[in-house]
Amino acid sequence: MITVDLAAAPLRDLNRRLHSLPANTNERAWRITNPKGAHNIAVGLTQGIEVTIDGHVGYYCAGMNQRAHVTVNGECGWGIAENMMSGVVRVKGNASQAAGATGHGGLLVIEGDAGARCGISMKGIDIVVGGSVGHMSAFMAQAGHLVVSGDAGPALGDSIYEAVLYVQGRVASLGADCIEKEMTGAHQAALARLLEQAEITADATRFRRYGSARKLYHFHTDHADAY
Amino acid sequence: MTVDPRLLRESATFPREVLAEIHRAADEGLYYIRGFGTKRKLPTFDDLVFLGASLSRYPLEGYRERCDTSVTLGTRFASKPIELKIPITIAGMSFGALGAHAKEALGRAATAMGTSTTTGDGGMTEEERRSSKTLVYQYLPSRYGMNPDDLRRADAIEIVVGQGAKPGGGGMLLGMKITERVAGMRTLPVGIDQRSACRHPDWTGPDDLTIKIQELREITDWEKPIYVKIGATRPQYDVPLAVKAGADVIVLDGMQGGTAATQDVFIEHAGIPLLPAVRLAVEALQELDMHRKVQLIVSGGIRTGADVAKALAMGADAVSIGTAALVALGCNRPEYVADYHALGTEPGFCHHCHTGRCPVGVTTQIPELEARLRPEQGARRMQNFLTTMTLELQTLARACGKSHVLNLEPEDMVALTIEAAAMAGVPLAGTNWIPGRGGL
Repeated sequence: MITVDLAAAPLRDLNRRLHSLPANTNERAWRITNPKGAHNIAVGLTQGIEVTIDGHVGYYCAGMNQRAHVTVNGECGWGIAENMMSGVVRVKGNASQAAGATGHGGLLVIEGDAGARCGISMKGIDIVVGGSVGHMSAFMAQAGHLVVSGDAGPALGDSIYEAVLYVQGRVASLGADCIEKEMTGAHQAALARLLEQAEITADATRFRRYGSARKLYHFHTDHADAY
Repeated sequence: MTVDPRLLRESATFPREVLAEIHRAADEGLYYIRGFGTKRKLPTFDDLVFLGASLSRYPLEGYRERCDTSVTLGTRFASKPIELKIPITIAGMSFGALGAHAKEALGRAATAMGTSTTTGDGGMTEEERRSSKTLVYQYLPSRYGMNPDDLRRADAIEIVVGQGAKPGGGGMLLGMKITERVAGMRTLPVGIDQRSACRHPDWTGPDDLTIKIQELREITDWEKPIYVKIGATRPQYDVPLAVKAGADVIVLDGMQGGTAATQDVFIEHAGIPLLPAVRLAVEALQELDMHRKVQLIVSGGIRTGADVAKALAMGADAVSIGTAALVALGCNRPEYVADYHALGTEPGFCHHCHTGRCPVGVTTQIPELEARLRPEQGARRMQNFLTTMTLELQTLARACGKSHVLNLEPEDMVALTIEAAAMAGVPLAGTNWIPGRGGL
């Protein structure tokens, strides 16, 4: 385990070290201490290493992650794991806005609550939230899965494309073109697998599924009220 | 009964084109979406002229004395700034809006001329990376096709906040252009009418932008210049905010900037022309003592070497061309006229990029149409056009006694109209009067 104390080492040096690791590196386990809310910690990682951050982080932690497993033992600011391509990012606490924004792949687990716009413009990432999510979550969500064990705020899935949303609790309101859909056995099985991967304890049969009505896929005057 | 033409009086408030648009709106119930750019008459660089040398100025010999055109972009923070041989770059245009042949042709020509091309909404294609020695990677609100591997193999990164054709609006690409390949790159269903986000999903305002720029720098180990592109609306505020946020380069796009598909009302009624925008941006940089430290690229209606010379004289470091580049490739050429007619238009009037049925194979994904633009032929045309623009630029700079085109200055020009004098901040010809600044 390699420990980097951000109270002593510049963030730029840390990120450079992590970027310079070869695919066959033996330095596979990293611990980062004293993050103190710093932004852009462990961004742009490319190797399948384990990074544990002890403390709270600021914006864009683990942004654009590829292959790495990043764990935040604390809360996180905006855009955790934004545009993630692969790997796993886990937040033990709560996440602020735009968690997992535009992510193309990988798994983001937020054990606490997530703020507004969780999963905005998601493009294939799987996001599992142990608690609740804020308003406009999954806005313009294109692909992937958003699982919410708690409640969802207003305008869930507004202008959604082909992403799949599962919510166990109350949905304050659905956004434009987002509807509730049938929860089949296949969906329950897929959801159960996601929950298991995320290590979030919940009963898949108690969730409801939401997705696109696909009425806004083509511009038409009769849909003008939706915007 | 015959009509007496003496009794026909067209309404100035409701001329025929306004009547036609109201009829169309009443039939369809939807705004008109089209490509190209603004068609209304606007103040332009045509309203400025160079004074040239005289007894008080000494010109350079046209064919003997060197007039340099090189420019370096991204000198503020990036460890690998962009070195260009000419100050004319190719603007961001997406694969999707353009066909692969057009993108490849632009890349080849830019490489031959020592300048850069730019990706667009939808990500980077292999063809354009391969054909472009210097490639700027756009980072847009939609993040379609956004990939950190592409970020790392780009030569610069351009964060798009807005564009001149539609400041405050997101991209559009109608269903006929969302082919399997385009849809795959954007993670969208095939054939839908794509609407892009107008705001970035994970930051809001200049303080957040500071952190976003830092993220992109951290991911790319502080190598790449970071551009910030803004639509020309309030450059006096936007430029200082972008500088404060850490931009290496500002890209300022005037309202004459083109688009592949946008509401006509947006194209014609939002933003300000490039002429006043350049002055406001340069003044903002000068006020911060950042002029030439943060480079300024301007775009939107640049068509000739004279336009380039005037933009540089006003203080820009480089220009970007989009629509003019497409015209050089063949846009609106009087060929395949029957296909223009099938679109309901004529060569010289076409703005049907949004349909994907471009008669000359530039803005299309249809293989039979795209085959009409061979990449090598398009590249040759584009290279010729860039060469011509550069020669024109040098001609004017030499006439003003400049050994480098960046030595052109506002004092080399006067305005032909009061409006242009006020907007550009140069005197009205024959006077020393700059409206708003005094003089006679």
